This record gives sequence, C-alpha cells and structure tokens, in this order.
Amino acid sequence: MSSLRSITFATLAKDIRLEWRSRDAVNSMLFFSLLVVVIFSFSFDPNAEESRQIAGGLIWVAFLFAAVVALNQTWARELRNQVLDAYRVSPAPAAALFLAKALGNFVLVSLLEALMAPLFVIFYNLRALGPAWQLIPVALLGTWALVVNGTFFAAMSIRTRSREIMLPLLLFPISIPAVQSMVEATRILLAGDGSARFWIVLLLTYDVVFTTACLALFETILQAE
Amino acid sequence: MIAGTVKRLFPILAVLTALLLAYGTYQALVVAPTERTMGDVQRIFYYHVPSAWTGFCLFFTNLIASIVYLIRKNPKADALAVSSAEVGVVFCTIVLVTGPIWARPVWGIWWTWDLRLTSTLVLWLIYVSYLVLRRFSDSAQTPVLAAVLAIFGALDVPLVYFSIWFFRTQHPQPVIGGGGSLDPRMLHVFLLNLFTFSCFGAMVCWWRCRLEWLQREVDEAEAMESLLEPTEARLSKPKVTAGGGR
Repeated sequence: MSSLRSITFATLAKDIRLEWRSRDAVNSMLFFSLLVVVIFSFSFDPNAEESRQIAGGLIWVAFLFAAVVALNQTWARELRNQVLDAYRVSPAPAAALFLAKALGNFVLVSLLEALMAPLFVIFYNLRALGPAWQLIPVALLGTWALVVNGTFFAAMSIRTRSREIMLPLLLFPISIPAVQSMVEATRILLAGDGSARFWIVLLLTYDVVFTTACLALFETILQAE
Repeated sequence: MIAGTVKRLFPILAVLTALLLAYGTYQALVVAPTERTMGDVQRIFYYHVPSAWTGFCLFFTNLIASIVYLIRKNPKADALAVSSAEVGVVFCTIVLVTGPIWARPVWGIWWTWDLRLTSTLVLWLIYVSYLVLRRFSDSAQTPVLAAVLAIFGALDVPLVYFSIWFFRTQHPQPVIGGGGSLDPRMLHVFLLNLFTFSCFGAMVCWWRCRLEWLQREVDEAEAMESLLEPTEARLSKPKVTAGGGR
C-alpha cells in the first residue's frame, strides 16, 4: 500500500514539476477557455437573469473543452523515449500510474477553474441566489468526473490513429450524465430555485462508479498488446 | 462438421425470416385495426418498438461478448461484439428515425428531451463512439480497448437514465400519452412483429459475425503470405540479395 502511495506521489510530483517548468498545458488551457468565454458572451449577450440560467452550461462547456486540451497531453509525454513501455515492464502497480496522472490533471483543471471563475463572474455579472458554497463540492466532484474518465480515455486514444480527435469522441458520450449534473447543479445554485442535492449525489455516484472502473481496468489498457 | 451444418442451415432460416417479415408487414399494414385517434400513423409502432427491443438486445449481447472477451481472450467473442454493435446501431438508428416520423403528427413536434428518447439517443451516441474507436484503431489492441469501452458504456446507461428521469420529472411533460389498453388484435400483431424483428436481428448479426470471422481468416492468410514471400524470393534469387547488399 505504501508503495502505491509513494509511486503515485513520485509520478505526480514529476508531472507537476515538468508542467511547472514548461507551463504548456496551463497556458494553452487558460487562453482557450478565455476565448470560449468571450465568444459565448458575444453569441448570447444575456441579461443578469438569463445569464444565471445559462451560465452553468457555458462555464462547464468551456471547462470541458479546455480540459480536453490538457488531457490530450497527458500521455503524449510518456510516448517519447518509450517511457510508457518502461512503465509496462516495471513492477510498479498500474493503478499508481493512473492515479498520479488523474490527480495531475485534476490539479491542472482545478487551477484553471479557480483562475477562470472570477472572469465568468465579471463578464456575466453573476451573483448566486442559492447557497454559493455548494458550488465548491460541485466543482470538485465535476472536475474529478471529467478528468478520471478523460485520463483513462486518453490512455486508450494514444493507441489509435488521429489520437487528438479520438479523445473527445470517446469522452463526451460517456460524460453526458456528469455534465448534465454539473450544469443543473450550477444553474440551481446560481438561480436559487430548489435544492441541488440530487445532482451532487448523482455526481458522487458517477465519480465512485467510474473511479472504480478505471482503477480496475487500467491494467488491461496499459498491458494491451 | 458443425460449420458445414451451419452453412446449410442459414439459407433455410433466412428464407423463413424473410417470409415472417413479409407476413408481419402484411399484418401490421392491413390486418391490424386502425387506431381511433392517431389513424394510420400508429402502424409505425409495429416497427418502432420491435426495432428498439432488437437493438437493445444486440447491445446487451455486445456487453456480454465484451466481458467474455476480456476474461477468455476468445477472438470469436470479439467478432460477435463487433457484429452485435454494428447491427445494434442500425436498429437503434431505425428507432431514432421512426420515432420523430410518428411524433410529428401525433405530438406536433419532432423531438422532445423525454426520458426514453434521450436515453436511447445517448445509448446510440455511446455505441457510435464504440464503432468509431474500432474504425480508428486497427492494431491488435483494438478488441481490448473496445471491450473496455463497452463496459464503460454499460456503466453509464443507468446514470444517464437517472439523470434524465430526475431532470424531466422536474418539468411538466404534456406530450407523453399515458397507459391505455391495447386492442387484442393489435397486441397479436405487435407480438408477431416483436418475434419477427428479433429473428431478423439475430440473422443479420449472425451473418455479420460469420463475415467478420471470414475477413479475419483472409487477413491472417494474407499476412502470412506477405511474411513468407520475401523469404521465398530471397531463397530463389540468392545472388540479387547478396549483390544489393548496401
């Protein structure tokens, strides 16, 4: 168990250090989601009441698209110099590698959200009418829901031709219930109509189900020959 | 031995299924009574629901075949998985096309984000992405990746169902007609078509599976041939290889 933890954190620290030095993924994600915010804002031009209704959808769609940018780069780094093959033959548990990659993406996307959320508030004149603190669990659970499956499907799509386009094609259909839960919970909390509990529980269920599935099946994907 | 029997059995069963299909169509279009409020457009129901049933059965077959493949690594299970997914997507497409054709005159709208419609659409999307994955990855790992995706899709279905169920019960939905009883003659025709479409789906899937298997055997033979060819060429003309050393 301790080896699982130490390997996970060693890989995570390596990835974060690499990212910190290049800042490729963070910068491209940030700029990408900024563009999405601006384009959406031109396209809809909502008033305050309308923006409460649609902001949940806009925010999460922007983050979903931006997350794909980061997720696509997850494994690309490991293909150079056959690092992934080295992982395959090493006795390190596959689950540790997967957890490290998923946590790394989680940190990246959460960072992006923390930086972009104030911009959304400014551009759309948002003011939550419901209990705003509940947006934090929604954001955390929602981000994990996107990155856990995203990391997994990125590992699948590096095995295919045109891998960049393959990831969203695999990820989006499976993510539909998660995206719907995030969007609905955010809308309810912003507009203050009713309780978002059902959606938070659904997101939690989604996270538990797919984290278990990813951890159980990652070994199969990594060793697939 | 068994393959030979199967080969002989197939045309007989195919003819029987074709006859059943013709009879079912005749029953649905002529014999079944016209629905009082909806009129003749209701007859699409005899194709719509059996197609949905067949499509879902094929997707279920795909899931079972995928799990069997992951455990046993049996290539036949993978061939069944490909064919059931492909044929299932065809039947699911029929459902998604005939539904709006019926809905437009009856509900007054082509589409609504209702529970059954939306979950069928999401299921269709998941299986289309499954086929795209198979198309885009032509390495030896494809069966494993596809089987894993099938399992993910199956895990997703109940979550989709719950999310839409809650979403839609929050909103009024005036378009869905509830309950009502079915005329026994309609029920008879419906059950006949349900059986017919199941046979039809099973036949197409079976044939597709055989085709997939034969295709793989051909590919394998070709790969072997291309492996052997250069060796034979080298053996027959040893001087050329030696001469063209650099």
